[in-house]
Amino acid sequence: MNKGKSRLLAILQNCLLAIYAVFALFPLLWMVILSFKADTEMFTTTFVFHPTLSNYTAALMKSNYFRYMLDSLIVAGGAVIVSVLAGVPAAYALARYNFKKKEDIAFQILSFKFAPEILVVLPLFMIYQKLHLYDTYLGLIWVYQLISMPLLIWVVRGYFEDISVEIEHAAQVDGYSWYQIFFKMLLPLIKPGLVSAALLAFIFAWNSFTFPLLLAGIHVQPITVAVTKYLGTDTAHYGQLAVAATVSALPAIIFALCIQKHLVRGLSFGAVKG
Amino acid sequence: MAKDNPTGKVSSEKLNELPFKTRIRPYLIVAPALIITIGIMIPFAMAIYFSLTNYSFRMPTYKFVGLKNWIKILTNKDFWKALWVTLRYAFFSTLVEMLLGMGVAILLNKLNNLFSKILRVVLIFPLMIAPITATIVWQLMLNSSVGIVEKFLNLFGIYNFPWAASPSTALLTVVMIDVWVNTSFVMLLVLAGLQSLPKSPFESARIDGGSAWFNFVNLTLPMLKPSLYIALLFRLMAALQEYTIIFGLTKGGPGDTLMNLSLTAHLTGFKFQKFGYALPYILVLWLIVNYAAKFIVGKQRAAQKQAAGLEE
Repeated sequence: MNKGKSRLLAILQNCLLAIYAVFALFPLLWMVILSFKADTEMFTTTFVFHPTLSNYTAALMKSNYFRYMLDSLIVAGGAVIVSVLAGVPAAYALARYNFKKKEDIAFQILSFKFAPEILVVLPLFMIYQKLHLYDTYLGLIWVYQLISMPLLIWVVRGYFEDISVEIEHAAQVDGYSWYQIFFKMLLPLIKPGLVSAALLAFIFAWNSFTFPLLLAGIHVQPITVAVTKYLGTDTAHYGQLAVAATVSALPAIIFALCIQKHLVRGLSFGAVKG
Repeated sequence: MAKDNPTGKVSSEKLNELPFKTRIRPYLIVAPALIITIGIMIPFAMAIYFSLTNYSFRMPTYKFVGLKNWIKILTNKDFWKALWVTLRYAFFSTLVEMLLGMGVAILLNKLNNLFSKILRVVLIFPLMIAPITATIVWQLMLNSSVGIVEKFLNLFGIYNFPWAASPSTALLTVVMIDVWVNTSFVMLLVLAGLQSLPKSPFESARIDGGSAWFNFVNLTLPMLKPSLYIALLFRLMAALQEYTIIFGLTKGGPGDTLMNLSLTAHLTGFKFQKFGYALPYILVLWLIVNYAAKFIVGKQRAAQKQAAGLEE
């Protein structure tokens, strides 16, 4: 009898999970379905319809879609490169050296993550216009540092701390210089962690909406801002909107699948070691 | 030895005895990262100053007006309404995400079959797509003419559920989208916490014969607390500042139903061009976020100590 009861419980638990899975995944499935639906069938059919690629050709080929994607790639990619170049040494120093105000500096960097975006944007809008950074790649790459830099420094710092100082000492005794140790030994050791932190930072920068909406939008138009335009046109082409949304989500989803193992650690800024 | 050793940890007392060149090195290494991020934060100091002026993008000059903006806002009904919207949005979305994320994580951890292993991978998708994209997809789903949700609700005899169009259901709608996007975040963190729980306390509990519920409350929950506080910290901070989902769905409407502090500051600053007047809204938000973050971080540290004690 007890066995029957536990089996019933297991079935119930699977059902609950399935209900949640439908809630979490159906919207994505729906988005893909809409992207294959012709405008004529949009209002009359639900699941049974004649799939067509017309939305894809219209949304991708007959508009500036790939230019928007390229803009996203330049600003998000640029932001990550700057963060890696400046952030990895900083992460190393925060992990290995002991110096005054060390924890204060580390927390200062973390606090950027929690600064309200609008608070930064309002005065920055003014400064950017004076410095001619408004609506430029450089301007967005700079402001994106608030997204990518704290993540990179905190996550990579954790990976450096995982490496024992002893191996560094041993290499020193063997006569290797500090640079050789850093580039030939430490970097390869943290490479998986570094790559996953960089990819996660890229995803967040790619997905950013507030910064590009308010600090760019004419010459530089990342895909997140451009997608909203498909919504506002005279007659709404829902199918094309679905295409725009689906294709723009692909890079983030693919990268997320690549870094699954490191995802928890990255998302929690190193606080939870998954 | 330690003096010439850049990789060695030096005790705090000896820091001042080191040669200047060695002492300055870590600061130099951190400097580029700090300059790049602080360069961006200069606006923050400016924000405090300009909140005391009548600066506007429309006017060539501005003058210092003291606390006038602050007094005007703190005595304004709209401000308190925006604060109330901000707090309600943050409370409901964070609460639902924490409970739902925890529940899903516990089930995934317990079942451990092929179904749950697949779910662990695919459930991260909502978290990885851009929140603005998620908002657009939900807009399509809730749309009364093409939307699938309307057809689904019709099966239960519910017709024309207003969603974002009515003041009474607008908050529910945006909270639902926030929950859809971010529940996976809580789930991932809790799941990782569950899987790193030590085995021995549970084995001794089984010998003592405690009930499953007793073990959950007295062992699992306290040891999970550090991860839960981290999840709470990240979710609450973001929910207090939410901009994208509300802007994407209704731009704060219908009326001013969903105008939280972020949206009000944006509207006042950019559309109405009253820059100095917009800043107090967002500075108040920053104060709330800062205080809440410090409070949760303190709690998290205490929980971590307590959990470490339990493991022994």
